[in-house]
Amino acid sequence: MGNLLNISSSPHVRDKSSTQSIMWCVILCLLPAAVFGIYNFGIKAIILIIACMATCILTEFIWQKSMKLPVTVTDGSAALTGLLLALNLSSTFPVWMAVVGSVFAIIVVKQLFGGLGQNFMNPALGARCFLMVSFAGKMTSFTYDSVTGPTPLAIIKNGDKAMSVADILAAGDGKTQAPTSVINMFLGNIGGTIGETSALAILIGGIVLIALKIISWKIPVCYLATFAVFALIFGGRGFDITYLAAELCGGGIMLGAFFMATDYVTSPITPRGQIVFGVLLGVLTGIFRIFGASAEGVSYAIIICNLLVPLIEKVTIPVPFGKEGIKDGK
Amino acid sequence: MNTCTERLKNGIITENPTFVMMLGMCPTLAVTSSAMNGLGMGLTTTAVLVLSNAFISLLRKVIPDKVRIPAFIVVVASFVTIIQLLLQAFLQELNSALGVYIPLIVVNCIILGRAEAYASKNPVLPSIFDGLGMGLGFTVGLTLIGICREVLGSGAIFGVQFIPSDFHITFFVLAPGAFLVLACLTALQNKLKLPSATNVPGGDSGMACGGNCAQCTGASCVANKGIIEAERAAQKAAQAQKAKEAAAKAKAAKEAAAKQAKKEE
Repeated sequence: MGNLLNISSSPHVRDKSSTQSIMWCVILCLLPAAVFGIYNFGIKAIILIIACMATCILTEFIWQKSMKLPVTVTDGSAALTGLLLALNLSSTFPVWMAVVGSVFAIIVVKQLFGGLGQNFMNPALGARCFLMVSFAGKMTSFTYDSVTGPTPLAIIKNGDKAMSVADILAAGDGKTQAPTSVINMFLGNIGGTIGETSALAILIGGIVLIALKIISWKIPVCYLATFAVFALIFGGRGFDITYLAAELCGGGIMLGAFFMATDYVTSPITPRGQIVFGVLLGVLTGIFRIFGASAEGVSYAIIICNLLVPLIEKVTIPVPFGKEGIKDGK
Repeated sequence: MNTCTERLKNGIITENPTFVMMLGMCPTLAVTSSAMNGLGMGLTTTAVLVLSNAFISLLRKVIPDKVRIPAFIVVVASFVTIIQLLLQAFLQELNSALGVYIPLIVVNCIILGRAEAYASKNPVLPSIFDGLGMGLGFTVGLTLIGICREVLGSGAIFGVQFIPSDFHITFFVLAPGAFLVLACLTALQNKLKLPSATNVPGGDSGMACGGNCAQCTGASCVANKGIIEAERAAQKAAQAQKAKEAAAKAKAAKEAAAKQAKKEE
């Protein structure tokens, strides 16, 4: 009897990780950025983060209860959505607006399309864009060190093309525009949304995610590389490394590349598709930032590419092992 | 029910062009940013619809079948032009608010649809009431969407503001808000099971129209009508058969019980 063959359909090898463990792991990797945001912006940041996470979890619970669906709030996806949304808000953003945004993220973007796994768009980014068109003034007013002023990215965009970026940043005007530098932008001592300011804190979390193989390197690397090339060619500042570093460290590109573009549900699963996705993101972000009216364009770039994911996956299906490949020219 | 009142009910509730038939989506989404705009657009369309239905019904024996669509369009376009000139003369504000959507009433599919499906086959009076019902249904739909968007987006109803501007959610005045509100109201209509063409009791025949043929006038549905009627008849027969069998069984059981009782005696 020992030589009976067991026949079963794939998968034959299962990983221990589950939706729950992955979601909580991503939340842990976001903690450096969140903690830095709290250090930077104080008690208001804590209130916003708690309000967003609590609203998201509660909304999902109430919705699933009232729709008689299995309650899945413990998988952490709602908590992650809330945290990401809070990290995408300005620290001075009114709490009730953040609550409205959280409800929008969970109900309209996620649950109406069928819940986790069925949403076509990243819920946190969908809610961010909803808040952006609804309360543009509140969303783009950033306070740092009790001074309300433009973000370094906006300063560079509106700055004199003849001056070097380092000079523009170092200038300041003593009132709304404090002197800063690319090092400050990298460390996060600048104005911006709660979670986006510190490229360093986000990089720590992002590299841990890649090391744990929770996300693949393809999307963030292709995204950042394409964007860098685009900015060098079309930025209008020639080969200025300071400009490049400022564009990469400023705004939401780091947070977007590592934590939002890599969302499992709304990014391609095919390896080639992920590369295409990253390149598209880089090009769109470049277009929005350099040719658009606003200095920021990451969130719109990501949700537009989210819509393209089914198409990208359709044209990048890998050939299964053993299947005859497509012959040259035929 | 009287044909005329039946037509009115059909237009406003059963086959409401906005929430049931999903017709005329372009003005529905574009001009409903306030309740006043929705009401104005709805009433303008109603006026065109009533007049065009009446005239097309009058001309239904004159218009050759082969060129009926161009003929309908000419009639509709004439009335739209008249209405537009009247609006420009007397309701300048509404005219500028609705803008290009007034001339676009010509290509509104509700109007051509009613001309094709009803007015070109029926006498004048029911056609007028059909136009009135459909127009009022459209007006109700547009005004409801307009009210929702105005309350959420600019904190007002018919221009009377009652929510301070800090609490306005601009999203609802913009295009995506129109889609969202329309979807929510349609979902509500489906949920509350208002008696509409797509929501009839027993309307589970799998037909897109719901199979409510009693009030359907579309030519393309004639074939469907046969299928559905056959299906219903089959269902009825099956039910009758079942009832018969059940009765027979009950009878047999009774007899058996009686026999048993006799035996025991």
